Amino acid sequence: MGKKQPQVLPRSIIAGMAFVSGFCIMTIEMLGARILSPYFGGSLSVWGSIITIFMLALALGYLLGGRLSTKNPNAITYAMFFILAAAFSLPVILFADPIMEPIFLTIADPRYGSLFASIFLFFIPTSILGMISPYSVRLMVESQEHSGHMAGLLYFISTLGSAAGTLGTSFYFVLWLEVNQILWGAIAALVLAGGVILLTDHVQKLKSTNKSADYAKKRA
Amino acid sequence: MQRNVLKQITNIILVAAFLLPHSVVLAEAIHEERSKYRDITVTQVGDRRCLLFNVHRGDRNQTCMMVDDRDLLVFDYTRMSFSGLLLKPDPEDILVIGLGGGSIPMTFADLFPNAKIDVVEIDEAVVRVAEEYFYYSDTDNMTVYVDDGRPFIKRAGIRGQKYDYIVLDAFSGDYIPEHMLTREFLEEVKAIMTEDGVLVANTFSTSRLYDHESVTYQRAFGEFYNFKLPTSGNRIIITQFDTLPPVAKWWRNPGVLRPVWRNRCTLNRIPKKTYY
Repeated sequence: MGKKQPQVLPRSIIAGMAFVSGFCIMTIEMLGARILSPYFGGSLSVWGSIITIFMLALALGYLLGGRLSTKNPNAITYAMFFILAAAFSLPVILFADPIMEPIFLTIADPRYGSLFASIFLFFIPTSILGMISPYSVRLMVESQEHSGHMAGLLYFISTLGSAAGTLGTSFYFVLWLEVNQILWGAIAALVLAGGVILLTDHVQKLKSTNKSADYAKKRA
Repeated sequence: MQRNVLKQITNIILVAAFLLPHSVVLAEAIHEERSKYRDITVTQVGDRRCLLFNVHRGDRNQTCMMVDDRDLLVFDYTRMSFSGLLLKPDPEDILVIGLGGGSIPMTFADLFPNAKIDVVEIDEAVVRVAEEYFYYSDTDNMTVYVDDGRPFIKRAGIRGQKYDYIVLDAFSGDYIPEHMLTREFLEEVKAIMTEDGVLVANTFSTSRLYDHESVTYQRAFGEFYNFKLPTSGNRIIITQFDTLPPVAKWWRNPGVLRPVWRNRCTLNRIPKKTYY
């Protein structure tokens, strides 16, 4: 009990990243209805489809992210979640029409049409974003007694991010910007987050190699 | 002096009392239901029966009907929806987006018994209420589809279906749904219009979206008519593929619109370049 583990990234960075991921998930989700409405309308079922797919994708992401965190948790994998999520969000901007059109043409019922469109547009990036939460917990936890506390803190921060993303997108961003501009913003935020992680990791490693070099010198 | 002021205040109060939504206060709700999209209320005062959406939020009447005189169009905007007949006096394929109490499609069915009329309504509860309380019913030539207007029009476009008279009268929440206010949507509408077809869109004459709406219609159609009445908070946008005739030509040919012309109305032709 209480076995200390090396801190890969500073806690403040991990907390910040959890906020960003929560924010971006909800920004994309809120825009989902706007993206689907030209093909599937604005009916209640369209919202139902989007929320269902986001929930399922997040569920799978949590599971996989938790699994991945058991083997050699490291900052580079962590950063990759952000960068890959950004990359897999690109089709939402670039290929939304070619993705939705064949679905619109083959499925007459807008309920199932919007469900399938949500799968193809949002499932992969959202699953990847879902992996961030359990992985963050793993990176933040130093000892087993702390795990519940840290998990709670991270849920708090990422859910706060989700709330901010929901409000910001639905109240303000949609008034100021076009849907694609907001999506580009979310993608940029994710790439930036990935970059910050990699950079922090790099600096940390430099520091620790310097330290061990000092230690070696002293011993000599 | 003081007496004058007092008198004015009494006047204001009296006027205010009349302006209050007395139909809501005094009217008896004969049907209330909460549908997937909104609260639906049907009220009746005397023989005036009205369909209201979201009463608690203070929405206006969606549609009213005189039970004893069902052909009478109570609201100006409903009458104004027929102004497109000046451009297309003999429509054969009519599309109405937004059923409400069904007064627009039913009037079309009376005026043009041989025309094929498609009506699109997103809320099945509204269809049910229109049938039960407003005497709406499908006929051989008139069908209501429970669907969102945008995908319906998109699909009609893919099928290559054409309409020569289209009425856009879909409202949800505060205003027209966003996805039916875009240029892309209007392009899809254009794709299902015959060459001599006319588009009539019911919008509000005062809203923050007014100018944006104008530019959007202008981009899609070039020019359009702005049709307003002093007694109505609506502006009707009338447009078609062809170049629009000058306004003067309309006045000489009031035709079926006599009830509308009784009021002094404003009809402005918005040229292609006003807003650029």
